[in-house]
Amino acid sequence: MKITLNNRKETIDADILTVQELIEKKNFTFRLLVTKVNGKLVKRDERDNVKIKDGDNVAVIHLISGG
Amino acid sequence: MTFKEIKKIAEKKTIGIAGAGGLGSNSAVALARVGIGSLIIADFDIVTKENLNRQHYFCAQIGKKKVFALKENIFKINSDVKVFAHAIRLNPENIVKIFKKCNVIVEAFDDAGMKQMIIETVLGEMPDIPLVVGLGVAGWGNNNSIGFRQEGNLYICGDEKTEIADDIPPLAPRVGIVANMQANTVLEIILKGK
Repeated sequence: MKITLNNRKETIDADILTVQELIEKKNFTFRLLVTKVNGKLVKRDERDNVKIKDGDNVAVIHLISGG
Repeated sequence: MTFKEIKKIAEKKTIGIAGAGGLGSNSAVALARVGIGSLIIADFDIVTKENLNRQHYFCAQIGKKKVFALKENIFKINSDVKVFAHAIRLNPENIVKIFKKCNVIVEAFDDAGMKQMIIETVLGEMPDIPLVVGLGVAGWGNNNSIGFRQEGNLYICGDEKTEIADDIPPLAPRVGIVANMQANTVLEIILKGK
């Protein structure tokens, strides 16, 4: 399927997968992330339930200390 | 738009500043200078000597609560700005209570866990309020690594990769750049379509 990930077009080798599976597939290993699908927040504990399909717009934001 | 016209819009706006460290103190000062009407600032911490390498405080303010020290400093710059100072540790409940009337909220924490907490709280509970976050401010040099992007009502300023460490400290120049990018983004949001 084709999705938009962090404003970039990407082809993912799956027809459907959960947000958590996408994080693992892309090797996003940061401890703290914020995830959004089609503009809607997907909280940490919802990542195993929310599914990503063809055409979806996904944002994975890495949280970094410092300020 | 002239500065007079900008000020006329800015003075009707209320901006929330979540954290009064490097990002919060510097973005609040920038917003005060351009004449934002009200700033709601929350932080539990006190000013220390170590903070002075990047935060908008003075030696004589060491030991004071940051929010009250910042209120004093803003008053000296622009006494028309109304500053509402909350000396508390923010959590999902009080974030909604304190910032729900804001036109825009600036995320200005140093800790990544707190950043995640406020992003999930604002996007989840107050999705109509734009949230401007600072991510990746540590170190020095490398101007071109500092960027900006928008994800709906979430605006991200910073390099999105450099985490603070003993040998990569947060310092005035880069923290100041990102803090001022956040203030610049607030202005862009409130002046949009004007």
